[in-house]
Amino acid sequence: MNRFLFYATTFVVVFMSLLPFAWFLNTSLKTPIEVTAIPPVLLPSGTLHSYRSAITEYNLLHFVRNSVIVAGLTTFFTILISVFAGYALARLRLRYKGLIMGSLLLVSMFPQISIAGPVWRILHALGWLNTYQGLVLPYVTLTLPLGVWILAVFFTELPDELEDAARIDGCSHVQTLFRIMIPLAAPGVFTAAILVFIYAWNEFFFALLIMTQQKFQTLPVGIALFQGQYTLPWGEIAAASTVATVPLVLLVFLFQKRIVRGLSAGAVK
Amino acid sequence: MKPSSRAKERIFALALIAPCFLFVVTFAFYPIIYSFYLSLHRIILGIPSLGQPFTGLENYRALLHDRIALHSLINTLMFVFISTFLEILFGLVIALVINRHFRGRGMVRAAILVPWAIPTVVSSQMWRFIFNDQYGLLNYILYGSDTSSYNAWLADPVYAFSAIVAADVWKTSSFAALLILAGLQVIPDELYEAAEIDGAGAWQRFRRITLPLVKPAILIALLFRTMDAFRVFDLVFVMTQGGPADSTNVLQFYGYKKMFTEGLMGYGSTISVVVFLMALIISVIYIRVMGKGMLKAKNA
Repeated sequence: MNRFLFYATTFVVVFMSLLPFAWFLNTSLKTPIEVTAIPPVLLPSGTLHSYRSAITEYNLLHFVRNSVIVAGLTTFFTILISVFAGYALARLRLRYKGLIMGSLLLVSMFPQISIAGPVWRILHALGWLNTYQGLVLPYVTLTLPLGVWILAVFFTELPDELEDAARIDGCSHVQTLFRIMIPLAAPGVFTAAILVFIYAWNEFFFALLIMTQQKFQTLPVGIALFQGQYTLPWGEIAAASTVATVPLVLLVFLFQKRIVRGLSAGAVK
Repeated sequence: MKPSSRAKERIFALALIAPCFLFVVTFAFYPIIYSFYLSLHRIILGIPSLGQPFTGLENYRALLHDRIALHSLINTLMFVFISTFLEILFGLVIALVINRHFRGRGMVRAAILVPWAIPTVVSSQMWRFIFNDQYGLLNYILYGSDTSSYNAWLADPVYAFSAIVAADVWKTSSFAALLILAGLQVIPDELYEAAEIDGAGAWQRFRRITLPLVKPAILIALLFRTMDAFRVFDLVFVMTQGGPADSTNVLQFYGYKKMFTEGLMGYGSTISVVVFLMALIISVIYIRVMGKGMLKAKNA
């Protein structure tokens, strides 16, 4: 009985997790007539029409390119800065560590609207609205708490002996960091990079404010603003959504263990 | 020799955190203060000739009499309360179910991570389509081909609000589950074995062992979910635009509209400041409670 309950619950949970998106994937493979059929058609004819139309009529590939650039740059800079900060916070003598970690936590939690106006004005003054750097700078700021927390936890867990040995061998602080610690932290770096990438790939609020020209919009903005002439182009929206989601689903299935550990790194310590 | 190496280490550490510090100050702390400054002025984006006259607390007075703002506040708090409650509940159930070794556990874990990983804009469009009045899956599941019974869910205030809660619960219960699962996994099996030998039933074991020991993890999940629900925006923007009749209007969406659709930078900033202060108060309360909870767990 207990066993049955376990399998039944697991099945329901997995089914409910996957069904809504499976339905959207299904929709993306329908012809325009099937998409708007009443009642809905359950089996799609498997056409790629919506994908082709999303690319030719709605600039889907543009959005993909912008998302790759913005999420890629954000991940690179956030990780670079987080490795340094995380190492310093975990392993070096530094005052106000608690305060620094606490303020980072605060940054990760406050509502975006509380900084939206000023960020917009700063970028406006710099002429950086509708530029990649204009979006990457706030993204780096907002993902730093995540990166620094994960890497600080990771660096704390590394054994002291290696660092001590390097010091005795006459390595400077800089050498110890680059030759010994960073290579050892590679798995932590990778975990943090996945989470930062997912954040930047999915972010909508700032992308909406900063990228007002379609040429620079990322996938979430593109998908949110999809508009047909008379009705909503549901087939194309579903196709673009699938394109935006597939990389993430792949990441999740390949690296679920890491992602879970990364998510709970800040929480359990 | 020693003090100088210590000083060197300090300087090195400061240099390492400097870039992080610079970013956070420029794009997070300074904008918060700047928001406060803007909130004391009248600034309208469409009318630059107006300049930005200082108006003191006028915007705040106006906010107190703004009925839509009050409505958004109530909606936001209701959204936070209901969605967070359901997410923690479902999260706990999911975590309890998958907290054991079984074949394909990795696959199950990955599957429940899918909603978490999907961009919120995508899940919002997806649910909007499921709730669609004509081609929606929900109407089909409930009423089959009887199209005359089909419901325009998102055009009804109560249903629209529930739809947004449902979409949020679907997307983030798995996140809560994973945090709680991490807490469950550190409970040693011996405790359960000992309790079983002492004749404790399943419910007693859950109440006396699982719940108290997993409480810190639940509180952390609660903190993260509360703060995240408090800034709900994407769902509202895509699914309802705050409608119908402001029934799904929430603070972050209202502030966005004032500032960027209507161009009321000064008044919008007032909303920013108030939202920030509320978020600050909520998180401070949580951290206080958690601090106490953790102390208790240690002493027990």
